[in-house]
Amino acid sequence: MEWRWDWVWDLAPRFVDATGKTLIAAGGGYTIAIILGLVFVLAQRTPLLPVTLVVREFVELIRSTPLLLQIFFVYYVGPQFGLTLSPWTAGLIAIGVHYGAYLSEVYRGGIESVPKGQWEAAKAINLPIVTTYRRIVIPQALPPAVAGMGNYLVGIFKDTPMLSVIGVAELMHTATAVGAESYRYLEPYTMVGAIFLAVSLPSAFAINVFERWVRRTLGMTK
Amino acid sequence: MTYIEFLDVYGGRLIDGTIVTIYQFFLATFVAVAAALAFGLMRLSQNLMLRAVAVAYIEFFRGTSLLVQLFWIFFVLPLFGITLDKFTAGFLAVGLNMGAYGAELVRGAVLAVPKGQWEAALALNMAPHNRMRRIILPQAFVIMLPPWGNLIIEILKGTALVALIAVADLMFEVRQINITTFLSAESFGTAIVIYYVIARFFVTPGMRGLERLMNRRIGKA
Amino acid sequence: MTENLESYPLSLEGDGIPMVRFQNVTKRYGALVVLNQLDLDVSAGEMVTIIGPSGSGKTTVLRMLMTLETIDDGVIYVEGEPLTHMERNGGLVPANSSHLRRIRSKIGMCFQHFNLFPHMTALGNCMEGPVQVLGLPRKEAEERSLELLDMVGMIDKRDQHPSRLSGGQQQRVAIARALAMRPKVMLFDEVTSALDPEVISEVTGVIKHLVDTHNLTMLMVTHQMGFAKEISDRVCFFFDGAIEEQGTPTKLFENPERERTQQFLNAVLHAN
Ligand SMILES: Nc1ncnc2c1ncn2[C@@H]1O[C@H](COP(=O)(O)OP(=O)(O)O)[C@@H](O)[C@H]1O
Ligand SMILES: [Mg+2]
Repeated sequence: MEWRWDWVWDLAPRFVDATGKTLIAAGGGYTIAIILGLVFVLAQRTPLLPVTLVVREFVELIRSTPLLLQIFFVYYVGPQFGLTLSPWTAGLIAIGVHYGAYLSEVYRGGIESVPKGQWEAAKAINLPIVTTYRRIVIPQALPPAVAGMGNYLVGIFKDTPMLSVIGVAELMHTATAVGAESYRYLEPYTMVGAIFLAVSLPSAFAINVFERWVRRTLGMTK
Repeated sequence: MTYIEFLDVYGGRLIDGTIVTIYQFFLATFVAVAAALAFGLMRLSQNLMLRAVAVAYIEFFRGTSLLVQLFWIFFVLPLFGITLDKFTAGFLAVGLNMGAYGAELVRGAVLAVPKGQWEAALALNMAPHNRMRRIILPQAFVIMLPPWGNLIIEILKGTALVALIAVADLMFEVRQINITTFLSAESFGTAIVIYYVIARFFVTPGMRGLERLMNRRIGKA
Repeated sequence: MTENLESYPLSLEGDGIPMVRFQNVTKRYGALVVLNQLDLDVSAGEMVTIIGPSGSGKTTVLRMLMTLETIDDGVIYVEGEPLTHMERNGGLVPANSSHLRRIRSKIGMCFQHFNLFPHMTALGNCMEGPVQVLGLPRKEAEERSLELLDMVGMIDKRDQHPSRLSGGQQQRVAIARALAMRPKVMLFDEVTSALDPEVISEVTGVIKHLVDTHNLTMLMVTHQMGFAKEISDRVCFFFDGAIEEQGTPTKLFENPERERTQQFLNAVLHAN
């Protein structure tokens, strides 16, 4: 089996387009996840025990069942009850909720790393609880969370191929379509792999740099 | 169709699928642990070649998607004369992918064993492989068990992807049931519950038990 | 939960009401009684020092007044108004959060480990409360903060983050931060215990200056017996969750009546 560069070049525009869609899917899913993660973690910190327990268990459930299954669930269960979602909507919801659950754990770790004395000092100057979170706790919870948040950004990017199963035209979907048209799988699947490597390796490095920058900017390095 | 009827008709297939999932899970875990140990230790080796191979393996499998790897192993490898049946391709892909993450856990844990332990072993004039096997690895093992607990859940979840190369696991079965019945909530919902029960009530407690056992073995608790 | 709430006054009346009153205050952690039916009055402008062995409940007294701990019995009054409780239909009920916030604004606290906000500069730490809580314009908050940083001798370091400051410097910023809220009562919990010996005087100097120039009411826990003797109006010796003996510094340090006080002072003075 021979590698055909000419064909690779012919395919390039389609793959560039699909890479764009993959990045959009990852970015959109991540945006949802960032916000949902915050909702999940704050809901677990309310004084209402039932809320805490239910959200806790929900986060566990999301984290311990396959994303692929959740994608199918969101996409197919809606129509059964008269609510039809586009592949993009369903895909972004599924991936956003899934990674929201992961991010809530990252946030939780960050919040728990803020020393008790910080809460007490905030109380001693009478800061309201919302201000305490906004001005004192979250800025300190963020630097230790940046590494985890970055890893999950790369993670969400690498999980976008699963959206191909419900017809989101990202990279994997494109590669499979190309393969089916031409009966050649070597180039399309290898290209997908190469594109993923080309994006995720530098990203991992950039996140590392960014994490150090955040720590330095907030003046928290010793 | 009530849910009871649904289970009555499709229960058998759900069970068959679950059994395949559990097979895939165990085999993939085995591959992941073996690969993690081998490449994790190679990554720490003095030998540049070994280290380079390990870095290549780890970065490649962590840098691309499991799904891409699975399809590549199943659809592209045969073009190079390596044809694997779908069942083998399935657990192999999942195991190799997770093994790359595991290798980093192994490396981290070995490095986390206090320096004094290395020095003490050296002072006893232990041969390097003995030092690793008798002194360092047992302690590293205990250190890395908790993160392995998470990774093993990821392995279980990862096996769902083998449905996409038509391995008849739980994911595959409920997808087929959904196609013929359109009972999406019932089929996918049941599968979610089954995965959840396996993870939450078998895998996680199992790992916790192992942690306790090992801690006791090593005299920590 | 305080029992017999009807036996406590809704508010303290008359001349010379204390700035702070602990009335019959009990604190437990499970079965451990940390403070046992404490009665303690602190008058306006008074400097009261609390001394005593470790674990005798000194920190707990301050933390309850700062509302960092709940109480299990009794009532705490600040300026005659209940802190831990509030009036509702002619009786006392446990305070809600807005009542706590209102009364708490009269109290400021400095901690053993400073607890400065690490992501803010010295100036930022001082301005945080005035801007976010009191709603002062930034300009005004800054003026107020700079004045206080000047007073504690930290004006040069106003743009430094806490990680760049020594312990003594951090503690001085923490004092400025608390004062920026214009509290009526200041609480100092072993503010020199985490400091290297050579910088202790930086902090005690600031407190001494406060005593000399401000009419603040202060409650201070310390192990610096010399300092306590020098600046206190009254010294309370705590033992086992209760006040074993109290009086003027001269009386308590030179003529302690109780045997436990004598033993404690002997032990501390010989250790030095
Ligand atoms: N959060 C807590 N849980 C249980 N016990 C506590 C807690 N905080 C303080 N204590 C106990 O209360 C007692 C008094 O503590 P504290 O007021 O800090 O003493 P001091 O400041 O005089 O050394 C000690 O025995 C301490 O162990
Ligand atoms: Mg104390």
